[in-house]
Amino acid sequence: MMESFFNVLPTWLVFSPLLGVVALLLIPGKKAGWLKAAGLFGTLPPLVLSLLLYGRFDPAAKGVQFEQSILWFQIPLPQSPPWEITFHLGADGLSLPLTVMATLVSALAACASLPIRKRQKEYFLLFLFLEMGMLGVFLARNLFLFFLFFEMTLITLYFLIGIWGYVDREKAANRFLLYNGLGSAFLLLGVIGLFVLFQSLDYNRLQELANDPQTRRMLSGGPVSPIVWGIFLCFVLAFGIKLPVFPFHTWMLKVHTEASPAVVMIHSGVLLKMGAYGLIRFGVELFPDQVRASAVLLAVLGLINILYGAVLAFVQEDLKRVLAYSSVSHMGIILFGIAALNAPGLTGAVFQAVSHGFISALLFFFIGSLYERTGTTRIGELGGLARQAPVLTGIFLAGGMALLGLPGMSGFISEFLAFLGLFQKQPGLAAAGTLGLVLAAVYTLRAVLKTGFGPLAEHLSKTVDTRPSEALPMLTLLACIILIGVWPNVLGEPMQTTLQTIVSRIGG
Amino acid sequence: MEKYFLDYNWTVMAPELIILSAAALLSILDLLLKEEADRRVLGWIGILAVAAAGVFAGSAVGNPPYEILSETYRVDDFALVFKLILLAGTALVLLASLREIRLEGERAQGEYVYLLLTALLGGMILTSSADLITLFVGLELLSLSSYILAGIRRKRPDSNEAAWKYVVTGGMSSAFILYGMSFVYGLTGTTNLYMARQRLFEAYHEGYESFVLLSLFFMLLGFGFKVSSAPFHMWAPDVYQGSPTPVTAFLAAVSKTAAFAFVLRVLLATYLFLLQAGPWMELVAPALLTVSAASMVVGNTAALRQIRTKRMMAYSSVAHAGYLLVPVATAAGGMLFESTVYYLMAYLMMTLGAFTVLMMVERDAGVEDLAAFSGLSRRSPLAAAAMTVFLVSLAGIPVTAGFFGKFYILTHAVTARDFWIAAVMLVTTVISYYYYFGVIRMMYFRSPASPKKVPISPGATAVIVLTLVGTLLLGFFPQFALDFLERLDWTSVLHPAGGAAGN
Repeated sequence: MMESFFNVLPTWLVFSPLLGVVALLLIPGKKAGWLKAAGLFGTLPPLVLSLLLYGRFDPAAKGVQFEQSILWFQIPLPQSPPWEITFHLGADGLSLPLTVMATLVSALAACASLPIRKRQKEYFLLFLFLEMGMLGVFLARNLFLFFLFFEMTLITLYFLIGIWGYVDREKAANRFLLYNGLGSAFLLLGVIGLFVLFQSLDYNRLQELANDPQTRRMLSGGPVSPIVWGIFLCFVLAFGIKLPVFPFHTWMLKVHTEASPAVVMIHSGVLLKMGAYGLIRFGVELFPDQVRASAVLLAVLGLINILYGAVLAFVQEDLKRVLAYSSVSHMGIILFGIAALNAPGLTGAVFQAVSHGFISALLFFFIGSLYERTGTTRIGELGGLARQAPVLTGIFLAGGMALLGLPGMSGFISEFLAFLGLFQKQPGLAAAGTLGLVLAAVYTLRAVLKTGFGPLAEHLSKTVDTRPSEALPMLTLLACIILIGVWPNVLGEPMQTTLQTIVSRIGG
Repeated sequence: MEKYFLDYNWTVMAPELIILSAAALLSILDLLLKEEADRRVLGWIGILAVAAAGVFAGSAVGNPPYEILSETYRVDDFALVFKLILLAGTALVLLASLREIRLEGERAQGEYVYLLLTALLGGMILTSSADLITLFVGLELLSLSSYILAGIRRKRPDSNEAAWKYVVTGGMSSAFILYGMSFVYGLTGTTNLYMARQRLFEAYHEGYESFVLLSLFFMLLGFGFKVSSAPFHMWAPDVYQGSPTPVTAFLAAVSKTAAFAFVLRVLLATYLFLLQAGPWMELVAPALLTVSAASMVVGNTAALRQIRTKRMMAYSSVAHAGYLLVPVATAAGGMLFESTVYYLMAYLMMTLGAFTVLMMVERDAGVEDLAAFSGLSRRSPLAAAAMTVFLVSLAGIPVTAGFFGKFYILTHAVTARDFWIAAVMLVTTVISYYYYFGVIRMMYFRSPASPKKVPISPGATAVIVLTLVGTLLLGFFPQFALDFLERLDWTSVLHPAGGAAGN
């Protein structure tokens, strides 16, 4: 009985936010307090289940665990066997860390959502559907299913940005929709291309085919080679927009500044990581030859992201924009890790995805608390906050230290690994990238010092310090950051086997 | 052996006969009823007739093809599946507009019901024709009824304008089709689609290539008008806007389905040999692809600027004509019939649903523009949620019928290796997000003008629920429809009944 429950754990996990949805639907729309409680507690079942998944995951075992596959439908064809689409979920070393991070960040973002003033019922309904979409993205083992969950996050986030954001929210929502819609269009084209090429969309089957030496030779040379390249390009573009890679980053700045902080926690913390996940899962796993051939290009794009983001983060006048550009910069490090195509590089990329998820969630939680007290996030209008709100400023300082990669925190270990990986392959680009780390220290310290220290701005003299309901979630996030920093194995162990397999395939 | 009138098995024509008698009965009843009597009973009779016809048509699915009336009329799975779509569409339109029959202004309008039925009958004849004459008769019956329906609000200038424009452009397109048919007859001396194929094939290889192609092109030109594909779409926005909303819904969903049945029948029954010949790849397919791409681009970009919801839906229907042309143009893909029919089913559901909500919302607001939708999520949350599903489905976002339909069409196009049309389809789909979500923005992001609930008639509620279920069902569990389509013996459309294969 228990055993069968654990075997289908991912399915339970993906659909567990629906518990909260049902609860929300039963509560009348006027009871704001109840609705908030239901929304908050609705994020707990996924959290508990994902920790359970983490606990029962066997780090030494190869391949996918907790797999469940059901035939969903099949497309009949005139002369050949029908093409099947399965409802297929499962967890491996790549999806597990991101899943746990997503549930944790969601639960804490739900805490950050408590101050919302309007339309609580709709907010938390969309919030829980968004969480379901994210979990589905990470746990799907079929590309069709992946695409459905991917789109689910798009639609729900569109509403979350457009209704509960700041002044320019509608514009931000539209830009988000169109850019990501374009990304989804490329993704769909790539998915259909793979479907026609391999007659299946199941990861296992695709990986088997993509890594079969004979098929690989056929795909990388011969008449289908341009088609394979086209499909690869579709995937890179789709996830490049999501990550975002340099020329496609404008939508994400708008979202960072206009959406409400709780939504940005999810967006910056988890959704950008779907881009990283997709690049590794599909780019690296399914197109080993293509990704090897374009590794330099990926590293160059990563370098542009790192430096461009870091330089612009330094000149921003708004804290939200500083963090947005710093996200661009940090996503460049993920690209570095991927471009390295070796064990430390890929490990660094996943580490960075998880670590940045926690860090940006923490920083945007802080932004939300700050805005609630001061009504502004402009650096020029802040200052000397440490005197009035020492705990709040202290948390910001700690988050800033994590962001700039202080040893002992998660940012350090992930950046170290990603750079270590790339130094083995492209030392020149990696060396240039280290400049980004210096700049990160500069812009982070500038932001922290200018808001926290210096003369106290007059209108801030009545600022109160954090309430426990805010401090607790922020300290939880900080604890995660430090835990990964001092004991990286908590994250590294489960992903090791999977990443080893990937690397051995590329090398082979 | 010569067959006589009563030797034929007339039961295969039961659906058509039911609709015909219902239309006749209703026209008489309308005369007999008192001026001030409630005409809704006519609507109910219409619905019952359509339902009965549906039962007969449904029970005939799977039977071997049967031709009657000297091989001019043909009942096969191909025709039946299209008929079922047409019947479902008409029934839903009637159900949604039951109250309109009474409320539509000047005088109770019984003719609305029986003209819908004659239009439906025209569409049914069209799908079942195995002969150019019946084909044209069906087409004209559908068109003429639609012209009157477009202008049925006699005292409104925009309705008159709609009818007038529709007559002129519709007449022109019929003329093109007729001209194309005259080439077929001139070359072959027959009006039978299957006999014509054999002889066109011979004519084609004896130096009459250009005439064969010309005949096809003229018919396609006329067809282009009927489905409102660009650049033959100019009439659509005015007609869609001027017609009463249920009629617009009928034109968008039912008329279009009939036109696609027409083009598929003609292509598969008569011009099949072209599909394997060089000129198809060199001339016909590029022309169709161009029209398809133009429709997607023009429809989706022009819709961006519309403030009037029905005009926007008109351009959206231009774009959808473009999507639907993709499988026809990439006929080599191997899922031509299934993907087209699947998309037509999906399109019927989501369009009728969207039009029904639109009808209720705009009548309540008294204006026909987007502002009528502002704050709908707070006035009638369920209607707003349903509308969101329809719009999301029209935009091709999962998990909806529209998404799976597009997925199917795209898979078909990619198997035919027509990558660029797939890319055009995807990019224009993204553009379309903007205006479909424009309505969603209105419903969810803006404040309502009045806090009152939008009154929705029971008939309309039923239609919204049915189409909503259909839209979601076709999205979540496509297997039902896929199994149904797989069971159909649609390839029988390629061969004349009884006789051997054409070539």
